[in-house]
Amino acid sequence: MRVTIEINGRTVTDEVEDRTLLVHFVRENAGLTATNIGCDTTSCGACTVLLDGESVKSCTVLAAQADGHKVTTLEGLSGPDGEQHPLQRSFRQQHGLQCGFCTPGMIMASASLLAHNPKPTRDEVREGLEGNLCRCTGYHNIVSAVIEASGQEVDR
Amino acid sequence: MTATEERPTPMGYGPMNRKEDARFVRGHGNYVDDIVLPGMLHGAVLRSPYAHARILSVDTSAAQAHPKVRAVITGETLAGLNLAWMPTLSHDVQAVLATDKVRFQGQEVAFVVAEDRYSARDALELIDVDYEPLPPVVDARKALDADAPVIRDDLEGRTDNHIFDWETGDKAATDDVFDRAEVVAAQDMLYPRVHPAPMETCGAVADLDKITGKLTVYTTTQAPHAHRTVYAMVAGLPEHKIRIVSPDIGGGFGNKVGIYPGYVCAIVGSIVTGKPVKWMEDRSENLMSTSFARDYHMRGEIAATRDGKILGLRVKVIADHGAFNGTAQPTKFPAGFFGVFTGSYDLQAAHCEVTGVYTNKAPGGVAYACSFRITEAVYLVERLVDVLAYDLGVDPAQLRMRNLLRPEQFPYESKTGWEYDSGDYPKALRLALEQVGYEELRVEQAAKRDRGELMGIGVSFFTEAVGAGPRKHMDILGLGMADGAELRVHPTGKAVLRLSCQTQGQGHETTFAQIVAEELGISPDDIDVVHGDTDQTPFGLGTYGSRSTPVSGAATAVAARRVRERAKLVASAMLEVSPDDLEWEKGRWFVKGDPAASKTISEIALAAHADLELPEGVEGHLDAACVYNPPNLTYPFGAYVCVVDVDAETGQVKVRKFVAVDDCGVRINPIIVEGQVHGGLADGVGMALMQVMAFDEDGNHLGGSFMDYLLPTSMECPSWELGETVTPSPHHPIGAKGIGESATVGSPAAVVNAVVDALRPYGVRHADMPLTPAAVWRAAQGDPIRTDLAIT
Repeated sequence: MRVTIEINGRTVTDEVEDRTLLVHFVRENAGLTATNIGCDTTSCGACTVLLDGESVKSCTVLAAQADGHKVTTLEGLSGPDGEQHPLQRSFRQQHGLQCGFCTPGMIMASASLLAHNPKPTRDEVREGLEGNLCRCTGYHNIVSAVIEASGQEVDR
Repeated sequence: MTATEERPTPMGYGPMNRKEDARFVRGHGNYVDDIVLPGMLHGAVLRSPYAHARILSVDTSAAQAHPKVRAVITGETLAGLNLAWMPTLSHDVQAVLATDKVRFQGQEVAFVVAEDRYSARDALELIDVDYEPLPPVVDARKALDADAPVIRDDLEGRTDNHIFDWETGDKAATDDVFDRAEVVAAQDMLYPRVHPAPMETCGAVADLDKITGKLTVYTTTQAPHAHRTVYAMVAGLPEHKIRIVSPDIGGGFGNKVGIYPGYVCAIVGSIVTGKPVKWMEDRSENLMSTSFARDYHMRGEIAATRDGKILGLRVKVIADHGAFNGTAQPTKFPAGFFGVFTGSYDLQAAHCEVTGVYTNKAPGGVAYACSFRITEAVYLVERLVDVLAYDLGVDPAQLRMRNLLRPEQFPYESKTGWEYDSGDYPKALRLALEQVGYEELRVEQAAKRDRGELMGIGVSFFTEAVGAGPRKHMDILGLGMADGAELRVHPTGKAVLRLSCQTQGQGHETTFAQIVAEELGISPDDIDVVHGDTDQTPFGLGTYGSRSTPVSGAATAVAARRVRERAKLVASAMLEVSPDDLEWEKGRWFVKGDPAASKTISEIALAAHADLELPEGVEGHLDAACVYNPPNLTYPFGAYVCVVDVDAETGQVKVRKFVAVDDCGVRINPIIVEGQVHGGLADGVGMALMQVMAFDEDGNHLGGSFMDYLLPTSMECPSWELGETVTPSPHHPIGAKGIGESATVGSPAAVVNAVVDALRPYGVRHADMPLTPAAVWRAAQGDPIRTDLAIT
């Protein structure tokens, strides 16, 4: 079937099988490889993107379901002139990433979290990111990064 | 710190934001599955549904007929190429694709190459394999029973499941100590089978250029050079025609050290089809078939005086290695560095025996930040000390303090022959106890116990042994464990450093630039660190066992010092003075007594490439290389304290507080060190409370997905509280020790000790991991905690 998805402000139209997962569409049809695949049971969140502004695990959405909708991936978070989103800056500043594989999903989930709760506590950040696994950081610095991006003082 | 403040780049050691983050936070990392080559095909592996079964036939005709399938490879295909079996890192062989039998559930049976990844998976369903199920060996403790089915009947003359016996220490002296001891505490314990589960699974893109004969493999490997050499040996390809590229790796944790059948199949797929072939496993394949970790059934005994002086340790281990002995460790160490099980204590004698056995499970054993079995060693001794404290009725922290090695004993030769380089253990333990408020916590605990609430405090003190290693006794498949570094300073004073180690997120691109910066006074921002491409980098054995800083870090410092000495000769020509009249200050050589007469490293670099007349014997340019053969391992250490609250009604364990004091000698980048520790502490909480790869009696894998194999989320981890002491390694060029695996090694015992401590009112003396709510609840009902799931 033919699907048309607005990804990071760009319209991507392609012929895909009905069963094509959104994560594969984003990575292979749109060529945007920030979004990663870390599991096969919707557990890890490495594939998290925004679908019409809400965070979803794109391994568990069909490309067909996103037809006619808007998707934002990590590549779409930077400004047009390459200006970084506060979360991109704060993840680096707080050392909230190591291998970087969970980072795209983690930042997208964090963006969604901050949209719903602009000034979260550390505990609220932890609850908000429960759907995103990280194997490197032990989460501590990720929480700090989200707190910093929210404009709050980071109390490590 | 506010959001706008960018951390300045230090000229050397110190906190520095990571260079590699610039691409990762923008989604511009380049991982294996991101690689797309023209004409690239996709491979998928058909796996065994049985733990143990004879293969009667494999019918691939329907799969071959699939319109999008380009090739179907079976064990028979590979046998024709002499590739059906491959050597393992433990001098055993492993089936690439099964020919005679399958020996674990999830084992590789056939490989389909198709035009896209969906079709490749479709075609797997079209392959018809006729199996004759055989009784499996699941419980390692029964693997040597007379009636146990023989798993490895492929091996000439093999009539049982025995792999090796290995021992260390002095048996007679140890028995003597135990005979004389006033107190002996014994405990059986299982370190259950777990899995490193990096976020990115294993995969490869193999590309054989038939015109040039050059094979390029982009792959998830922690040891690209070793892979190249092994492929050359296995496939008979000339080594200069093999290029291994390890691009950005989404975590390794020891999972990506060895060669997996999928890699070999992708290579064969490319040879057969003439096209690049990508193979990327999914999560369940990763958990079921790639390197597991631990699976040590241990019986430990600790001897002591009645007033708490530890005298000796005696240990027996049954090691479950799965169906093929693929354990990754130096050749002469079949049980890795388990010999450091004497830990951080001053004792009179120790002895241990390890027996390795085959079972119908995936191969592996050494992985998951274990530093070659030190996870098991530390867990054993730290549990035994707590068991002893329990029996003696003394405080476990005080018992440790009483028995720790003293600073003046270093370098210390352990009773099993390991020479610990340096340490101030009491200082680290005191700091941890102070930082956590140990005395106050004990008061709080007593009050809570009076109210019937369960709270536990667990202490763990560990000594690591990392940086393998001296080539006279450490090699992997005959390759000595030395590592190279090549440093080149360009005419304009910028530099490129080429390394044999391979980061998987540990920050090498930043910290290795910092080492050069410290030595030469070139900003880390001006130093590019190249790794992971065997055509571009010097030979070495890669990154695992926390060996990068000890070995490659040393090689880097030595290469930089060689550049500095070359720069000195060039500077002497520039300044027209004798080299002996020059003195170094970070970034420049100057004339003694005349600091204004100086040349910066940048000026020297330009001169070294220009028309300056150089002294006799001095070549132009400014570069140097080093192959570093470490004289010894480094022995970082740490003191950890974990505080848990346990809900007796539900068995739920909440880690309330975790204080970790680590000493890894000189810290190149404290931010990165802390991140390494954070990650390892999460591993410890995960292993202690959640993670296990269990099997049922038929050998079915019960932990084969993230639905069952539970990893800690942000909710299970507390806000870590770190402390540090600095005891440099005397033999290391910059005094640095490895740190990457310390927290994974040191923390599980702290968590378990805390939970057992919480359960003390129920008379619990030991509990096997993972301490799930069900297990803890059972204990609170008065039932013993055993990880029965993991041992059926």
